[in-house]
Amino acid sequence: MSDKVPILELQKVDKSFGPIDVLFDISLKVRAGEVLCLLGDNGAGKSTLIKTLAGVHKPTRGTILLDGKPVEFSGPRNAQEMGISTVHQFGGTFPLMSIGRSFFVGVEPTKGWGPFKVYDRKKANEIAVKAVQDFGITRIDDGDRLVGGLSGGERQSLAIARAVHFGARVLILDEPTAALGVKQAAHVLRIVNEAKRRGLAVIFITHQVMHAMTVGDHFAVLIRGAIAADFRRGEKTREEITDLMAGGETMADLEAQVESYMASHEGHPPPPAQ
Amino acid sequence: MSGLFGQFIRRPEFGAMLSFVAVIAFYVAFGGVSLSSLFGAASWINFAANLGIVALPVGLLMIAGELDISIGAMIPAGSMSIAILSGYYDLPIVVGILGALAFGVLVGLANGFLAVRTSVPSLIITLGTLVAVQGLVLAGSVMLTGAASVPLNAPAWAKLVFGQLIFGKFQVIILWWFALTVIFGFVLHAMRYGNWIFAMGGDEVSARNAGIPTNRLKIALFVLSSTAASFVGMCGAIQFNSAQVSGGMNYIFNTIVSIVVGGVLLTGGFGSVAGIFLGALTFAVVSQGIYFTDIDRNWSNLIIGVMLLAAVLMNNTFREIAMRYVPKKSK
Amino acid sequence: MSTSNRIEASPAPSGGQSIKATIGQLLRRPEAGSLLGLIAVFAFFAILGGKVFLASAGYASWLNVAAEIGIVALPIGLLMIAGEMDISIGAVIPAASLTVAIVSGHYGLPEPVGILAGLAVGLIVGSFNGYIVNRTAVPSLIVTIGSMFGVMGLTLGFTVLIAGSTGVSLVPSAAGKAILGQFIGGMFEVTIVWWLLFVAAFFYLLHISPKGNWILALGGDKVSARNAGIPTARLTVALYMLSGFSAAFVGVSQVFVYQSAQVLAGQSFIFNSIMCVVIGGVVLTGGAGSVVGIVFGTLTFAIVNQGIYFTGIDPNLGSIIIGALLLLAVMTNDKFRQMAVSFATKKKK
Repeated sequence: MSDKVPILELQKVDKSFGPIDVLFDISLKVRAGEVLCLLGDNGAGKSTLIKTLAGVHKPTRGTILLDGKPVEFSGPRNAQEMGISTVHQFGGTFPLMSIGRSFFVGVEPTKGWGPFKVYDRKKANEIAVKAVQDFGITRIDDGDRLVGGLSGGERQSLAIARAVHFGARVLILDEPTAALGVKQAAHVLRIVNEAKRRGLAVIFITHQVMHAMTVGDHFAVLIRGAIAADFRRGEKTREEITDLMAGGETMADLEAQVESYMASHEGHPPPPAQ
Repeated sequence: MSGLFGQFIRRPEFGAMLSFVAVIAFYVAFGGVSLSSLFGAASWINFAANLGIVALPVGLLMIAGELDISIGAMIPAGSMSIAILSGYYDLPIVVGILGALAFGVLVGLANGFLAVRTSVPSLIITLGTLVAVQGLVLAGSVMLTGAASVPLNAPAWAKLVFGQLIFGKFQVIILWWFALTVIFGFVLHAMRYGNWIFAMGGDEVSARNAGIPTNRLKIALFVLSSTAASFVGMCGAIQFNSAQVSGGMNYIFNTIVSIVVGGVLLTGGFGSVAGIFLGALTFAVVSQGIYFTDIDRNWSNLIIGVMLLAAVLMNNTFREIAMRYVPKKSK
Repeated sequence: MSTSNRIEASPAPSGGQSIKATIGQLLRRPEAGSLLGLIAVFAFFAILGGKVFLASAGYASWLNVAAEIGIVALPIGLLMIAGEMDISIGAVIPAASLTVAIVSGHYGLPEPVGILAGLAVGLIVGSFNGYIVNRTAVPSLIVTIGSMFGVMGLTLGFTVLIAGSTGVSLVPSAAGKAILGQFIGGMFEVTIVWWLLFVAAFFYLLHISPKGNWILALGGDKVSARNAGIPTARLTVALYMLSGFSAAFVGVSQVFVYQSAQVLAGQSFIFNSIMCVVIGGVVLTGGAGSVVGIVFGTLTFAIVNQGIYFTGIDPNLGSIIIGALLLLAVMTNDKFRQMAVSFATKKKK
């Protein structure tokens, strides 16, 4: 698998906003049928990296390679056309729209001719429901239901199914499990595995190490805009990864610090660091 | 909740239908109104048509998550434009009509452009243009004509199309209202643009990422609303043979109330043209139908206030029902 | 809660207190833009209006207007800082006027009873608004449009029912006239003094008492505010009662100034007060603003509104200036806020 050309590759990418450097020397690869987990604490630069991958930001330096060829995205639309789809935390779907309508936002199927092209509700619903059911969500069978009535996991699944339906080859999942309960999260992880089985390259952004370890093949830990560690499945334990994410300071150390502070301050926790 | 009734209850216009029926029932029960005289009367339907033509595009704006209160100034602006051009300067009526509509397009472009380019809420932007257009129309007409009221004598064909009375009492603008309702309904519910409007009101960023030209769409909607208001003013000037600089301010709250009673969600993403239509009709029945009752007309505002709050709460409940709805077979 | 009540983005830079830093600090205050606007507008009319505008009659004309709008604009500003709106004031003002006029004028009860009844109307409408806003998910714009129509209908209905006409007159007693309706020096409404008292009270409320922080927090992020232990529901009701009360106060004082109450007065206050507040630098979406800014905004609005009569310009062009000023104000406020926020982020890094 590792001798295939990566679908998407970043080579020494830097991104700065004015004088502030946000991403520094990022090199990453993701291949078809592989899940790359991007781990990092809040403020580590994850969302800037996602936006760079999705064509929202242009890298300040460095190159993005698609199928081994350098590309430059003119915008998120352009990146999407080249097969890179981002699914956001809440699915980026519209709670008060029907499943069929929200599935086809921007690319509505129409019938009829000329100025009388009519939105083809039946076709939209059929395709949307089939696409979601193919991902194993058989509970969705009516395209007229409103998206807001779906569970969090179902909404994520709908968004992923939508991205795949519209030809995504690289799927960027931005904290898909963050807002979900245990059962719903498991639901989404199954969908991620299904996407992987279908040969998609998945970039899975999370700060929940357990979720990453369940589906990931390849892991990268982001700290202050740089890649602090890059390893494959099975090379590190959960504790090691958690410690890495906390910025090298081990959780155990931190806990010891807090306890000693509380002991010397009549049980008050330490004030938050500025 | 299944079957036809179940389907109807989940539609945005269900609440509006209920409000309409409730108001009429109230008037029949407590106002001693006779249905035949109410439905044969033109006053409230004329009122509804004028209100409804403005409410349609403003309602679409609201579904898209925006608001336009500058329409309050655009109604006198439209009537003054045509009266100054074709009445005072005696230019052909076509010039006046085009002038009035062009003024609407211009103000709409200004609103839309500001809404797209700045992060200022559209309520404030259109409040600014409301005041500015008001001043412009007042100062302009006084400067150009020396008066705050300008007569206009439209030729027969223009009267026929924009400003005559059918059967001696129904304004021809009612037909425009019906036609525009059908067109807006088609655009919002049958064409892809409708989907774009819902998507934009639901989540603008996601809509843009999905490739919807949200900026152009927003500008187009603002143009539609101020042009529609200008159109209503223009028809009024043709109908009544004169134009006044004042008036129109009532339309601001009246349209918002009609639209919200019609089941549109103020924060965007939900609503229907049928609902907006019924909302305008309901508003008109309350405020004009009261003359057919034994109730003192001064209470009509109280009824509107109570109806608005009741309708909003009712619509919220129905929206919840629509969202929670799961078809039986899947359980 | 012990932290600063102000909303400056950051304390002064620790190093040298250079003039540049002080100016920068001033510019980042929410009222900076509105002060500049006020100075510009005043200078403009002082030049065009000349001596007459700068004479005491000139001052009286716009101060009288500013005082009435200003008393309403203060609580509207606080509501907007807290992320809410109140349209119903447009109906509360005439409702309170008519209540006083009917109670003390029509029925001839003592003036204090009438005044208290008038103010009570404002408090009742305010608590109703607050209650509905808290209890339902309906945006306050809609709730208060509803209560505006409702109060308007009640006022009209009862006035016609009781007095038989839409206007009721009241001949105030000497004491009542002196406290609420006299013209100081023959031209300055005593309402101006009341306005100053309101300003002091609101300044204390927003910037000195800890409640001010609550209001800012409520507008910044309601859920976090509630989680931080702020009684958001009670605070919302209190703010609406405050705006109802202030509007009622204006209505009451109008009766004593003009000696009669009209059903349809007050509509213009709705948009005028919002404009004053926005010109004063309050962010419509909540979370930022200051009482001083609202006062500046009110003065600016009143100067443009009245100053235009002292110039040779068509008075109607005044509203174009106000419209332009409003848009300019929101856009520059946007800029100032961005400056303030970006300044804070840089300091943190």
